[in-house]
Amino acid sequence: MTTIVFDNIWKEYGEHIVLERVNLALDDHEFLVIIGPSGVGKTTLLRMLLSQEIPTRGRILIDGEPIAAEPTADRGVVFQRYSVFPHRTVLGNVMMGPQWAASPILGRLFGARRRALEERAMALLARVGLAEHAAKYPAQLSGGMQQRLALAQALIMKPKVLLLDEPFGALDPGTRKSMHELVGELWEENRMTIVMVTHDLPEAFLLGTRVVAVDRRRTDPQAPERFGATIVSDFEAKCRSVRESRLFEAERERMRLTLVSGHSLPQDDALVPALVKD
Amino acid sequence: MRRIINYAPRPGVRLILAALPFILVVVAYLLASNARLAVEPADKLMPAFASFWATIVRMATTIDVATKQYLLWWDTWLSLQRLFLGLGISALMGLVLGIVVGFIPYLRSTFEPFFAAFSLIPPLAVLPILFIIFGLGEVSKIVLIVFGIAPFIIRDVMLRVAAIPTEQIIKAQTLGGSTWQMITGVVLPQVMPRLIDSVRLSLGAAWLFVIAAEAITAEGGLGYRIFLVRRYLAMDVILPYVAWITLLAFLMDYGLRRLADAAYPWDRIKAA
Repeated sequence: MTTIVFDNIWKEYGEHIVLERVNLALDDHEFLVIIGPSGVGKTTLLRMLLSQEIPTRGRILIDGEPIAAEPTADRGVVFQRYSVFPHRTVLGNVMMGPQWAASPILGRLFGARRRALEERAMALLARVGLAEHAAKYPAQLSGGMQQRLALAQALIMKPKVLLLDEPFGALDPGTRKSMHELVGELWEENRMTIVMVTHDLPEAFLLGTRVVAVDRRRTDPQAPERFGATIVSDFEAKCRSVRESRLFEAERERMRLTLVSGHSLPQDDALVPALVKD
Repeated sequence: MRRIINYAPRPGVRLILAALPFILVVVAYLLASNARLAVEPADKLMPAFASFWATIVRMATTIDVATKQYLLWWDTWLSLQRLFLGLGISALMGLVLGIVVGFIPYLRSTFEPFFAAFSLIPPLAVLPILFIIFGLGEVSKIVLIVFGIAPFIIRDVMLRVAAIPTEQIIKAQTLGGSTWQMITGVVLPQVMPRLIDSVRLSLGAAWLFVIAAEAITAEGGLGYRIFLVRRYLAMDVILPYVAWITLLAFLMDYGLRRLADAAYPWDRIKAA
């Protein structure tokens, strides 16, 4: 369960007000997409959720707790560019976070623990379709593959929230389409919250369960810096009940197939009893 | 007729063209030397190649009476020792100070202007101070080299640290990296190829400081020998020594380049 609350957030740079009175509450397992014109402060909003920038006023809460004042491992991120480390191989990039967590001084694992981690990283690379490129360096990959790598690198840390800052902005349309599918699937598989910034409307409504538009409500022509942007509209792009029912249908189909093929119900799956009860 | 910039030589021609200036210089020297030797067989300014060879063989294979050493190897050993110590200390200082000061904002605000001012002090102008403080021995020579090239290397490393995209540093923090882990795992590996490059660029300056220090006071060394035999107009020693120093510098440069290629293959891929 992860909930995010923006509690009356303001961001000012000196006299210049960028964002004002941003209030937003996100339920568990949402896919929030932030849209809006260029330079209006959507990336600033994302950066504040990442603690790359600190709000001038207001608080951001994750699960009811104020977020740390610096980026931490509970919030993963994929930027438009430079998200991966050029001096590590693809596999090395994915293994970086867990190795740091396990070995504070050397930042490296050895022996059986290393092999176990390698296996986990390779499984994740296979999931994003990079298994055969594990030994390459990022500079040898295409833009789309680098973004897949950045996703895998962030996902291995199992973050509560994944932040995407125009992750597909530099990709060609074909690659972009396959990335949409991948991100959608990863979002469902990992049951996490995703917050994405984009200026591509079809993309926003394709992926998002909730789409908010950020813009200025009012402007003063004499002093354009006096009023900041805020959330001007908030769409529920995919109703929660629709989403849940789709999940339910998929689960019921799986159960039907299991029963038809003569097996008993799997007992370890937490979802199944809940569905049976309903 | 295309523009001249659009004519490029073929690989074979390129090799010949590259060799051409070298051959021209040697031929010009030979012609001038022959002309002078024809007039005055004992001419000291432009000796023949045969006398270069005879001098070098003598210096490399016979023990000198005064120092009880094979002079060429003794001089080379002394100079290289000074050079390597000076370069090594400078590189280490550049790496440690450059990364720590470049990466930590408080240290950066404190020391960046200081290093910038420090690097503008002309090292040779403070050489007398070094002699007064450290004496006329090895220490003052090595300190001169460090004084001359360490500020350059520190600033170069700091610039490289600053050039690492913010996104990478933020990403490293979301992967749970501590300051130490980011220094050793993200900054250091990305700075190393640049450090090797800046040591390569400093080679010329390092040689300059070695030879300058040796010219003023030393018991041996390549620069010392050149300045010593100058009194006798011994061009048969000076010119081979200059060629030898050039060769040594070239080999070091080449070695460092190969080292960077072998140790940091990703840097080469990125540049390509």
